[in-house]
Amino acid sequence: MLRIEQLSLALPYYPRFWRRRYATHLNQLSLSVTAGSVHAIVGASGAGKSLLAHTIMGLLPEDARSGGRCFFKGAALDERRKRALRGRELALIPQSLSALDPLARSQRQVGWAARRAGLSPAGAHQAACQALAHYQLDERACQAYPHELSGGMARRVLTAMAQVTQASLVIADEPTVGLDPLQRDRVLDALAALARQGKAVMLITHDLRHALSIAEHVTVMHEGHCVETAAAHMFHGTGQALQSAYARALWQALPDNAFTLDSGYMKEPYLA
Amino acid sequence: MLEACQLRYAFHAQPPLFEDVSLRLGAGEWIGLSGDSGAGKSTLGRLLAGHDEPAHGHIRIDGEQLPAKGLRPVQWLPQSPELAVNPHWRVTRVLNEAWAPPETLRRAFGIKPEWLNRPVRTLSGGELQRVCVLRALAPGVRYLIADEISTMLDPITQLALWQALKAEAEKRKLGVLVISHDAALLRRLCQRRYHLENARLHAAEHYQLS
Repeated sequence: MLRIEQLSLALPYYPRFWRRRYATHLNQLSLSVTAGSVHAIVGASGAGKSLLAHTIMGLLPEDARSGGRCFFKGAALDERRKRALRGRELALIPQSLSALDPLARSQRQVGWAARRAGLSPAGAHQAACQALAHYQLDERACQAYPHELSGGMARRVLTAMAQVTQASLVIADEPTVGLDPLQRDRVLDALAALARQGKAVMLITHDLRHALSIAEHVTVMHEGHCVETAAAHMFHGTGQALQSAYARALWQALPDNAFTLDSGYMKEPYLA
Repeated sequence: MLEACQLRYAFHAQPPLFEDVSLRLGAGEWIGLSGDSGAGKSTLGRLLAGHDEPAHGHIRIDGEQLPAKGLRPVQWLPQSPELAVNPHWRVTRVLNEAWAPPETLRRAFGIKPEWLNRPVRTLSGGELQRVCVLRALAPGVRYLIADEISTMLDPITQLALWQALKAEAEKRKLGVLVISHDAALLRRLCQRRYHLENARLHAAEHYQLS
């Protein structure tokens, strides 16, 4: 569905206000996401996970420098195609709940998303109702404004918006931050349901343990590098099946596992 | 010894959030607190730190009331650090607000020197959380209420934060109440664990937590 080859990204910064420098945020990143499965991107904050999502969606500032190639459904994905496809074929569930319009009820917002994807007004209304019901949002939640929704409900409204666009690639950026276990499981179930419908789902998160419950593959990122892509079942035991020491350290640092840190991973070449 | 006796708390004209809650936290002791969202965990934490008053019951440190002014000996560390700092300040001003943490501690908490002159809004949530935790460790602080402080961190950063805090707490005999949804984390960190449910505090061993 989506293939990324040797993607690099540098963004400008201004050490003095008349001087522009570039800082590298993504370095020679390659990965591919297949239809009908959840692919998790895991890493610390600052690893470049959100920037990867913004690069795929074409949401970077104009003076960003990027290299490498993206392919979507077999054809090259350039900036023009990204503009044409986002909101239709490519959908982003953003990290910030402020992405919702504070002055519109949930049902209208989901309806708008369906209209933007090209549905008729009647079709959009119906699709919105169905999608909201699908994510267990009742009549009251459908008629609520964003500030009246809990964090988990707002996430599910955003997920419903991604679903009505009929997009075949859905990118969810930190969808479970700040949710209690019950709400978190509901949001993850919603993402797994999108994958079961045949969509490719990219789950960006720092929460390795819960990503593993729905993901088929996991890409571990560290400081702009893709450290390793492994099948989810390889995160098992002491992590002996994992290739990189960093992925093993990440796995072993979980409180259900060793909860200790082997600093050996700091010697690996991609951290130099 | 930080002692809470028969605390009762209610939001205006609503049934009490919890009642008859008693808790003792000794110097150097780590206690875990879990509960569903809305159960009142954070409110209990805020009461213990003296940010709010209980409707009934009292809180004592070694038999005395919490001081009304000056440095609070019980520090509440909230889940969202960005709401606990002045967004217009630079990192160094936030970090040195209550005391001047030595460089060894800055390093132990993973606070990089290049952050210091940056405005706080340029730090990520996880980076800012470490700044806030270190800020709260001023001399004179004896108890910490850590309210979901590692939820937004990846496993390695989470572990590093707890290791740094554990080492410092042991050295200074700080008592720590850890509030978290993560049962595995609480089992790792705390000798005793409680669960707040149906307005009461229960010993957590009987509860099968997710």
